[in-house]
Amino acid sequence: MSSSHARLTAAGFTSQIATVARKDLEIEARTGVAAGRMVPFAGILVVLFAIALDPDSGLLPRLAPGLFWIAVLLSALMAITRSFALEREHRAGEGLIGAGLDPAAMFLGKAAAIAVELLTLELLVGSTMVVLYEVSRPGAVIVAACLLLASAGIACAGTLYGALTIAGDGRDSLLAVLLLPALVPLMVAATRAFEIAVDVGTGTATTWVGLLGVFAAIYASLGSLTFASLIEET
Amino acid sequence: MNTSGIVRIVRIVRIALSVVVVVSMSALVLLGLVVAPPDRFQGDAQRLMYLHVPAAWVAYLAFATTSLMSALYLWHRTRRRRWDRLAAASAELGVLFTVLTLALGSLWGRPVWGVWWTWDARLITTTVLLFLYVGYLAIRRIPASEEVRARRNAIAALVAFVDVPVVHFSVVWWRTLHQQATVVTPELDPQIEGAMAAALLVGVLAFTALFFRLLWARYELAVHVDRLDADVVADAVRRRRATATDSVLQEVSA
Repeated sequence: MSSSHARLTAAGFTSQIATVARKDLEIEARTGVAAGRMVPFAGILVVLFAIALDPDSGLLPRLAPGLFWIAVLLSALMAITRSFALEREHRAGEGLIGAGLDPAAMFLGKAAAIAVELLTLELLVGSTMVVLYEVSRPGAVIVAACLLLASAGIACAGTLYGALTIAGDGRDSLLAVLLLPALVPLMVAATRAFEIAVDVGTGTATTWVGLLGVFAAIYASLGSLTFASLIEET
Repeated sequence: MNTSGIVRIVRIVRIALSVVVVVSMSALVLLGLVVAPPDRFQGDAQRLMYLHVPAAWVAYLAFATTSLMSALYLWHRTRRRRWDRLAAASAELGVLFTVLTLALGSLWGRPVWGVWWTWDARLITTTVLLFLYVGYLAIRRIPASEEVRARRNAIAALVAFVDVPVVHFSVVWWRTLHQQATVVTPELDPQIEGAMAAALLVGVLAFTALFFRLLWARYELAVHVDRLDADVVADAVRRRRATATDSVLQEVSA
């Protein structure tokens, strides 16, 4: 990391994170590439789950929390791939680092943009499932905390594994192989918390929400520390 | 000490390690199949534990070794190519022994539990661990310059290592908070003593020695492969230069 990065103040660092996140979100708002893939993909998954599990079997409301997170995790792969494609086009990422952007700020900014995209998708998929699967209305506080922390966790782990795989040579096929096993703790915690929120699970949701927070914090720290080494000279 | 002295010592240590592997494996066969009695409840199936437990121990030892080697590579003061090679060799062995652990556990589970597989916390954690390190080995195959690749590999290994306890605790909490294990109950845990304990201990020793001997062999193979690759490149460059020189000479003479 150069000395200009070392001199960066907390306000400057936060401003860099916001700039990167805003850049990615503005590109997405104008082009709609990720949304154009993620939304139809998640939508067809919701329909496929219902067909595979028979909507009359009564299983869908009970399995909805797990199916919801499977749909989100698989769709997230597209958001992550798109996020790194933006930096590969015309070597934009190298340009940003060359212009003095702190790699840790770049990591957190990209993760924040992915998290916002995921949150939007989750609200769409969640409300569709509540209607189509006849899921009882969940507790708002648990669901809000769970969506926020899980989106942050998926985005941070996804950006880190994206840097390990896609940033190198664009091999996004490896991303799923690496990221999905790493997301097992998040999948367990988010699904259990949702089960409690819709009254099909037992236990206390705060344990699982806490685990989601720990997961997001671990990957945010790991990514901030290693992102510079991963994107350097790739 | 001169180079020939070091080479001689290395050769002696390698032979000694091979002897330890053969002797301890033979002792394990004798203790596990002949001396140790069959388990009171599990019968002869329990003898699989003399392989299953040591295999699991070596799998964790291998992944810990990969993490240590990766940390040594990442720290600029200890950065050497050998740590990256050792990390790779150890991860390959870790994957091999994890598959062995799961396969042996499954073979034992069928007669004792009545099922090939159960969603027990340890089984899920071990399976996720397997996938994490299979992914690590896949990352190693992404082409890049030697230094970039080694640095990326080291980071990937450390990220996987950090993820393991999180996976373990999440799955343990899930299986304990959600529902109690139905097949793996404390009553099934055998009280090991005497010849059975000796067989298990020798098994752990034998598998540990085997791990280090295989690690050594795999490391040497990696060194040879790298040398061969370097020779192939040097040869190609030499031939290209010779061709270029020939064509220049032909142009001059013409």
